[in-house]
Amino acid sequence: MSHASHVVFPAHRLEVEGLVVERGERLLIRDLGFSLAGGELLQVAGRNGAGKTSLLRILCGLSRPLEGRVCWDGVPVQHQEEGPTAHLAYLGHANALKDELSGEENLRIQSALQGRGVGRDEAWEVLGRMGLGGHEDLPVKFLSQGQKRRVALARLLLVRRPLWILDEPFAALDVQVIEVLRSALEAHLAANGMIILTTHQAVPIEGRQRTLTLGKAA
Amino acid sequence: MNGLATALITLLRRDLILALRRRQDALVVLGFFVVVVSLFPLGVGPDPQLLRSMAPGVLWVSALLATMLSLERLFSDDFRDGSLEQILLSPQPLSLLVGSKILAHWLITGLPLVLISPLLGMQLGLDGTEILILMTALLLGTPILSLVGAIGAALTLGLRGGGVLISLLILPLYVPALVLGAGAVDAVMYGSSAQAHLSLMAALLILTLLLAPWAIAAALRIMLD
Repeated sequence: MSHASHVVFPAHRLEVEGLVVERGERLLIRDLGFSLAGGELLQVAGRNGAGKTSLLRILCGLSRPLEGRVCWDGVPVQHQEEGPTAHLAYLGHANALKDELSGEENLRIQSALQGRGVGRDEAWEVLGRMGLGGHEDLPVKFLSQGQKRRVALARLLLVRRPLWILDEPFAALDVQVIEVLRSALEAHLAANGMIILTTHQAVPIEGRQRTLTLGKAA
Repeated sequence: MNGLATALITLLRRDLILALRRRQDALVVLGFFVVVVSLFPLGVGPDPQLLRSMAPGVLWVSALLATMLSLERLFSDDFRDGSLEQILLSPQPLSLLVGSKILAHWLITGLPLVLISPLLGMQLGLDGTEILILMTALLLGTPILSLVGAIGAALTLGLRGGGVLISLLILPLYVPALVLGAGAVDAVMYGSSAQAHLSLMAALLILTLLLAPWAIAAALRIMLD
């Protein structure tokens, strides 16, 4: 399977300064700072309840930190010209798919919502790359869990955002899908993209990567 | 077409397609409206004069209750499957995207109520002019029900027993629409003009149209935080 990406992202930089995260009156993260450049992967580790998902949601702008700021190319994300989320694609625990719609419909709707309309051919091509050839116009409810996850991953490829934020992307995936995801991640890094992910299992990914462990100091 | 228009039309189309593939949701609302209105003659007796004078109130209260029935699912399906997060992450303004969803909700649940109301009006003995005013009032009023109801749906997102909470939160806010809507039909029934009621209803619609999407967007951001 080839994952040759057609886009190479220009050099970007994500910077996080003095982040303080509180969840339900409990201080989860104190004074966190890091920066990420194109082609880098950051793995967020930590025990359950250490604030991994909270951190990812803040990086997406879905939640607000108590203090601190997240900057994209040196400008706080709230003041980005294109909007606070135009640089990122987020894949959470849920696949964000509509059961009644086909894979192709799901992908085209989501891409349009994210500001990048794609044609039928492009959606089919990406679904094919994800190993879903022949299932493009089947309602998603007839797909297996692994196949649904592949459709959700195809969305990441279609919206073409430089920063991917993935919450437990490897959870409950079979070996084949892990392989598909791994090569998609490697292709994204090779295209100068950035990835921030949480995972419990070690998956060997080629490329520059670092690990951020939460909850050590607490 | 620019990105905003594409996103708004896409979201509207998506909700309409989903409603078409899950027809029972919309039909339940319509069926509920018809059944509740039809129960009144059985309950209060077949006196045509009594039914006629009760008709405006009966039709409007039934429309409110039927709308309530559809509100819980307005955002909760998107919330459960993660689509709502993706909508929040869209670079387009959330209040406009929310407006698109509400337009879809009105087309699916509000408009059918308007369209079937003449039949029920006739059943309760309303005459031609009264039915025309009833339809106009519902045409202006049902979008208000969708808009205000969506605030309640957003505020109770993810809470247990959300459906009951929505009713408690929202039914009091439906009072102005109910008073104006039923009042419009009453007015023509007793020989005066419905214009004042309908003008006020239109003003209320414009006000809700301006404020509700903004409030809904804020509520969704808080509930998803």
